[in-house]
Amino acid sequence: MSEATQEIRTGRSRAGSDVPFYVILSVISGTYVLLIVALLVADVMYMAGTPTKIISSEWAPLLSVVDPILAALAKPEIRYSIQLSLISCTTTAILSLIIAVPIGYLLSRHQFFGRNLIDAILDIPIVLPPLVVGLSLLILFQYVPQVLREAVVYQIPAVILAQLMVACAFAVRTMRATFDQIDVRHEQVALTLGCSRFQAFGMVVLPEARRGLLTAGTLAWARALGEFGPLLIFAGATRNKTEVLSTTVFLELSIGDLEAAVAVSLIMVAAAVIVLIVARVWGTRSLTL
Amino acid sequence: MIRVDHLTLRLGSFSLRDVSFDIPSGKYGVLMGKTGCGKTSLLEAIAGLKPIESGRIILGQTDVTELKPAERNIGLVPQDGALFSTMTVRDQLAFALIVRRARRDLIGRRVSELAEMLEIGDLLDRYPAGLSGGEQQRVALGRALAFRPTTLCLDEPLSALDDSTRCQIMELLKRVQRETGVSVLHITHNRSEAGELADVRLELVDGKVESRNGKDG
Repeated sequence: MSEATQEIRTGRSRAGSDVPFYVILSVISGTYVLLIVALLVADVMYMAGTPTKIISSEWAPLLSVVDPILAALAKPEIRYSIQLSLISCTTTAILSLIIAVPIGYLLSRHQFFGRNLIDAILDIPIVLPPLVVGLSLLILFQYVPQVLREAVVYQIPAVILAQLMVACAFAVRTMRATFDQIDVRHEQVALTLGCSRFQAFGMVVLPEARRGLLTAGTLAWARALGEFGPLLIFAGATRNKTEVLSTTVFLELSIGDLEAAVAVSLIMVAAAVIVLIVARVWGTRSLTL
Repeated sequence: MIRVDHLTLRLGSFSLRDVSFDIPSGKYGVLMGKTGCGKTSLLEAIAGLKPIESGRIILGQTDVTELKPAERNIGLVPQDGALFSTMTVRDQLAFALIVRRARRDLIGRRVSELAEMLEIGDLLDRYPAGLSGGEQQRVALGRALAFRPTTLCLDEPLSALDDSTRCQIMELLKRVQRETGVSVLHITHNRSEAGELADVRLELVDGKVESRNGKDG
């Protein structure tokens, strides 16, 4: 037996305890999760700490959280902003899906000239600074006919377009990943069974993509809700016109009303959480159908 | 009849050149070949799912070379079934007939007929996720046969099955072929399957199809 072999055989295996591995992983994961939760808890605690009119009640902390939110909800301009947020985010989510489904499908299923270039272009809205997206939209609309410009820029369509530019890019990524995971043979079988391309897509591929559709739609909706930079530049922050919730937070902060800003932030948190829960519940139910 | 005439097919790094073979009407053809030799691609080309460079494909009396997959009248059973995950077994069996806008009572009758032939009557309301390998193969076979195709293409239908299921499905394939009179092209890498099933034995070697003898060969 050679010396090397002997050394290998007699050498002690160094596979020690698994504990350090999992400790390191847990600490890193836990820190980030805690950070997210801490953000939300801090908002609520800040509100709970602010003095309220009914100080004597034992419900004071709760009231001091609820009070500013109710006060915010009572303001007509904030109601308008909530309404516009819901409408624009839902429109953006639907438009994003309408765009993301064909792009995602083509990229997933077909090799064609310029595919990699298109793939790279689709990442631009994700990597560009949001302000640059807004500014570029504004510049672009200097080149369109005046009628169209006046109908869009600083108007509600600008809100939706600004949200769509970024939200849709995320929906495209999600749909592409979804179609990548659907076995191409399913639609091939459908074709041999007598389907046209449209039928194979509508009857076989889309139903199998429904969870991806739901995820892409939710993601686009949430992105749209959080959109701010491009909105501010391209749609402006005019009260009762192009003000959405993210703009409200900014406007309230800019006039020094931190309490109202945090209250509106909590409304946004609630909206986002509701959408996530609805998507999860709906998603699991359609899975077990 | 399944006739392939001087077919040339490009497959990434290599190609099948000048492939010709002939399976007479109502016969069971088994095409053998090693893994990765282009068997599945050849099957896809016959079904119209892969473009060919040259050659002709004739099914029954029809030259289908230029036809779309939907017009070729081929029942295709891909490897491990490739069942539609969102549909019940009943919907899968009815699929080809729904696409053809058949009358509802006709669809119902055909589904019961197929369920009886393939012994899957108990599974009609189940989804593919809960089915065993053998059950999935039966459903895939039923889905492919629903519109009474002239040709049935099977891609390694027995490869993922345990031994006893394998024997059952093998018996089933023989019986179905006898009852329906469909011409079959079954591809496999397994010689014993060919010996058991084939009227016509073919082998794909180095991009060429060679004829072997049938059951007795």
